[in-house]
Amino acid sequence: MSQEAALAPEPAGRTLERFLQALRAVDVRVSPAEAIDAHRAAAEVGYADRGLLKDALCVTLAKTAEETGRFDACFDTFFTRAEFAGTPPAGTPSPAGDPDASLADMLLAGDQAGLAQAMERAAARAGAESIQLNTQRALMSRRILDGMGLRQLEATIGALRADGGERDEALAERLGLARAALFEEAGRFVDRQARLYASETGRRLREQILSAEKLTAIEPHDIRAMETLVRKMARRLATRYARKRHKAKKGKLDVRRTLRRNIGHDGVPFELVWKTKTLHKPKIVVICDVSRSVAAAARFLLLFLHCLNEVVERLDAFAFSDRLVRVNDLLDEETVDDAIPLILARVGLRPTDYGHALEDFMAAHGDRLDRRTTVIILGDGRSNYADPRLDLMRRVSEGSRAVVWLNPEPETYWNQGDSKMADYSRFCHVAKTCNTLKQLERIIEDVLRAYLPR
Amino acid sequence: MTQGPLASVETIIEGLAGVGYIASRRIATALYMAAHLQKPVLVEGMAGVGKTELALCAAALLGLPLIRLQCYEGLDESKALYEWKYGKQLLYTQILKDHMGQALIGAPDLATAMERLHGAGDLFFSEPFLEPRPLLQALREPGGAVLLIDEIDKSDEAFEAFLLETLSAFQVSIPELGVIKAETPPVVFLTSNNVRDLGDALKRRCLHLHIPLPDQALEERIVAARAPGVEARLRADLVAFVQTLRTLDLRKPPSISETVDWARALILLHAQALDAALVRETLNLLLKFEQDVAAVEPRIAEFLAHPPATALAR
Repeated sequence: MSQEAALAPEPAGRTLERFLQALRAVDVRVSPAEAIDAHRAAAEVGYADRGLLKDALCVTLAKTAEETGRFDACFDTFFTRAEFAGTPPAGTPSPAGDPDASLADMLLAGDQAGLAQAMERAAARAGAESIQLNTQRALMSRRILDGMGLRQLEATIGALRADGGERDEALAERLGLARAALFEEAGRFVDRQARLYASETGRRLREQILSAEKLTAIEPHDIRAMETLVRKMARRLATRYARKRHKAKKGKLDVRRTLRRNIGHDGVPFELVWKTKTLHKPKIVVICDVSRSVAAAARFLLLFLHCLNEVVERLDAFAFSDRLVRVNDLLDEETVDDAIPLILARVGLRPTDYGHALEDFMAAHGDRLDRRTTVIILGDGRSNYADPRLDLMRRVSEGSRAVVWLNPEPETYWNQGDSKMADYSRFCHVAKTCNTLKQLERIIEDVLRAYLPR
Repeated sequence: MTQGPLASVETIIEGLAGVGYIASRRIATALYMAAHLQKPVLVEGMAGVGKTELALCAAALLGLPLIRLQCYEGLDESKALYEWKYGKQLLYTQILKDHMGQALIGAPDLATAMERLHGAGDLFFSEPFLEPRPLLQALREPGGAVLLIDEIDKSDEAFEAFLLETLSAFQVSIPELGVIKAETPPVVFLTSNNVRDLGDALKRRCLHLHIPLPDQALEERIVAARAPGVEARLRADLVAFVQTLRTLDLRKPPSISETVDWARALILLHAQALDAALVRETLNLLLKFEQDVAAVEPRIAEFLAHPPATALAR
């Protein structure tokens, strides 16, 4: 009921600005140009029909299906004003928006519209839009109540109680009850603000922390969030690199072939032949250690492998702990959730034997290597004191374009205990520590840029 | 454009219904905003949900010609915008060879001859030798047009960047002729199946419309409009069945076009009611993957017996 009345005191454009801010907080990207579009759209359809306004803003602002969903939710939350659920108006409500009416008067009169407006004003003064984290909620509701004149109300109640008259006592009682209701109302109001402005910020903060977290130290309850992150990264890489390959035609005339083709026309070049450039498709061989020592990281390495499989057309994926198997079929046919346990069940979680795995690889798949192949090895290089077969590693290195080794352990641990990493790294073009998502993304991107033939 | 079929969202809904397209309010609003803000609409959604159809029906509603540009990998300017008619140019130079010689006969010195040749050269790069492709056609259409750029996600990033000028200013620059600007900006629809993420610059210039799968009531109205002749009860049943299928975890859930195809097939078969045998025989109209058919087939009777709500709850 208070919808239109409460909107009135604020210019509509300002409300729209606050709404855009709320949208940005829920991760719908609104650039200044889009903000201008939104204002134009709103001017076009007007503010009278809420459904129409919603649709019009939605088509101008939300740019993906997910954003559409978030937009709808945000719009509904933003433009819903909780009706004050206090006592029904006893007597005539004071004219809505009377800024001079004291809090006590409004509570006693049951002036819902006035209270709602006072809360809006107090919230704007207290900067409710700037709420970023859920922990700020208690403070924010306190500030809003203060802004509405809580101190004065308490003083009034105190004075009434002190007087001790029966009528005053009853009045103080009523005001006390109303105050409790007001507290709840403010709590709900701030909750809604927090939903509007803080929920996504919290999530983003979490993602930031997660992407810098060690892969081996991820808590089980964070795994889901982590997987979403990995997928996001892979998709980003996918869009950036999947298209680089189709630049065959350069628009240059092939004079020699044109002349030859047109001899029949007396040398008049009716049919033109253009120079084309054959582009080599990138070829990647990934060998992934899934043994016990890297079990925690292996899950993410496999996940990344799965996503990479969608990016790169010719990806040969192998997994090993003591024996090595090709896992392309699993990556192709199964979803991530199914593929990873299957791979782990097939070869995973047994003691590592790099020498053996390299033997398997060279024996069965050595012919996959050529001058266009980039080999990526994911593993810790701990071979349980078995023969590391450095001779085979040399052959892998010589037979391919580049060998990139990503190791979840920090460099200081390399070559301590049963690690043969320092030995292996001599045959690698790049050997790097990679134990957070951020590092993983950066390295994979470097690999795609530098080691994939164009 | 403030009068006529685009005057308000309601008239758009009515008008589209008149040409056989049942539009939700959001779809109609998108078209309304597109016409009034003069921005292209990027339409996304599953295959078969009516993206291309929207453009066709909008053209029919506005009485404008529909110009369609189908995107594919390797599509470039010469296929999308314009090309010089090389064959014609060559033919003309060959035919006019003797003529040119004569024209040059009277020239007192080399400079004058060159001068005359320059004039002739410009003639060969003029309108009659220009082969307009869809984008240019749409810009030059005097009364405006509906331009459909289909499956933009299949084109290369370079082409997407090239589209930006056309879509934001409704003009193109042809080096030999100068800038060509549309008198009446066309209504532009771009469709995408999300094969890849589109660039932010392109998205920013477009209104975005995501067409979801419809609910039971809306889909029944669509079937009624697209396949008239299906009895009301059968229509409710068949839409309910399709809605049930969509709650399953299928590789390709049936979309609107499949529902309409199925309804039309049922008319052809003179079906009065759905029964398990009939559904089994016609299931390949709804499901396009062997695995999906195998998953659904044993449960047909059960789906027919239960309304979708109970099937969902299982």
